[in-house]
Amino acid sequence: MNIELQAREIQPQRQTFARVAAHTGDKPASRYLEAMLGAQPAEHFHYKPTWEQGFELYDKRRTAIVMNDWYALRDPRQFYYASWTMARARQQDAMEANYQFVESRQLAQKMSDALRAQVCTVLLPLRHVAFGGNMNNCQICSRGYGTAFTAPAMFHAMDQLGVAQYLTRLGLTLEEPGALEAGRNDWLQVKAWQPLRQYVEDSLVVLDPVELFIAQNLALDGLLYPLLFTQYVDDHLAVKGGTAVAMLTNFIPEWHTESARWIDAVVKVAAAESEHNRTLLSGWYSRYVERAASALAPIAALALGDDAERALADVKTALEARARKAGLDV
Amino acid sequence: MTAQNSTQPRSKVFIAFQDNEESRPVIEAVLADNAEATAAYTPGLVKIDCPERLVIRRERIEENTGQPYNLQQLQINLVTLSGHVDEDDDEFSLSWGR
Repeated sequence: MNIELQAREIQPQRQTFARVAAHTGDKPASRYLEAMLGAQPAEHFHYKPTWEQGFELYDKRRTAIVMNDWYALRDPRQFYYASWTMARARQQDAMEANYQFVESRQLAQKMSDALRAQVCTVLLPLRHVAFGGNMNNCQICSRGYGTAFTAPAMFHAMDQLGVAQYLTRLGLTLEEPGALEAGRNDWLQVKAWQPLRQYVEDSLVVLDPVELFIAQNLALDGLLYPLLFTQYVDDHLAVKGGTAVAMLTNFIPEWHTESARWIDAVVKVAAAESEHNRTLLSGWYSRYVERAASALAPIAALALGDDAERALADVKTALEARARKAGLDV
Repeated sequence: MTAQNSTQPRSKVFIAFQDNEESRPVIEAVLADNAEATAAYTPGLVKIDCPERLVIRRERIEENTGQPYNLQQLQINLVTLSGHVDEDDDEFSLSWGR
C-alpha cells in the first residue's frame, strides 16, 4: 500500500480576538495587546455602586482627565501578567545572589556600628512610604478606567510592596528585628518624618485616580527614590564603606528607573490629548512636587547632612526635566 | 562594482525564522528597516528575502517589545540564512558584498 504525505496549509479564520481587532485591525497582535485591549468591562453592569452615588461601577468620570480612548495610555514596557512576573522573578534571583554574596562574606558586619545604625534610621521608615505607594496604586487601579492604565498600576502596587519587603529584609540583615519596630516608631513620632507622613496620609484620600498617579508616582517617588537610593545609598554610603547596602537594595533604583518609563509615557500621552488635560496635569504636578520636596527636606538632612540641599536640588532639577519632556508646563 | 541597472539580476540574501510569538517582533523589525524585504509565510516558517543586504537592528526590536534585547537571542528561532554574516551588539546584517 502506498501512502502519500502532503503538507496542507490551513489559514486561520481570524488572526486575533474581535475585541483586539476592533483596535488594531485583524492582524496578529502581541500578547501584551491581547491581554489588554478590550479587557475593560464597559457595559451590562447590573447594579450601580451604592457607595458612590452618580457613578457606574467602572466610570471614566472619576477623573477630571478626559481621554478619547483610554487604551491610548500604553505601557512602553509592554507588561502583562506573565512578562511582568518573569521580569520580577529574574530580578529576585539577582537579589538572592546579592544577599548570598553579602552574607557569605559578612559584608554587613564589616560596616561600622554607627554607619549601620544610620542606614536603618534613614531607610527603615521608608517601608511605610512604600506601603502608602502600594495602597495608592491599588486605588488608581480600582478607580481608574481602561486596562492599559489600570493593569500596570496594579503591578506597580505589588512592586511597591516588594520595595517594602526588601527594606524589611535589609533591616533584618543589618540589625536585630527591633530595628523594624524602631523604624515604625520614628515614622510615627520623630519630627523629621512628620511632613512626609502627612504627605503620604493626605494622598491616601485623593479620589481622582490620575491626580493620585501624579501625586504618588511622579511627584513623590520621582524625588524620593533618586534622592535616597541614588544620592544617599549609591554615592554617599559607598565612600563610607556601605557598598553592601547598595547591593542589598539594588532592586529598588533599578525598578524606579524602569517604571519611570511607564509613568512618563502615561503623562505624555494624557497631556498631548488636549489643552484641558495638560493644564490639569501641570497644575497637579507643580502643586505636589513643591509639597513633596518640602516633605523630603528634613529626610535629606537626616541622610546627607550638609550635602542635603545640593542633593535635593539636583533630583528636583532632574524631575523637572522629566516632566518637561513629558509635555507638562513646568 | 559597476552601477546596477534593472536588467541585471540582483543577488538576494535571505533569513528564515520559526513562525512564533518570539520571532514576530524580529520579523516586524526586519520589514520596517529593509524597504525591499519581502516575507513569505509557509506553515511554521517565515522566510524573508531581500536584495543585496538585509539588516536587523537591536534598537528596532526593543522598540517593538519594550524590553531589552540581545541580538544573539534571534539564534533561538533562527532556521536558516544565506549571505555573509556581519554581527555586532547593535546590528546583525547579511550581504554578499565584500
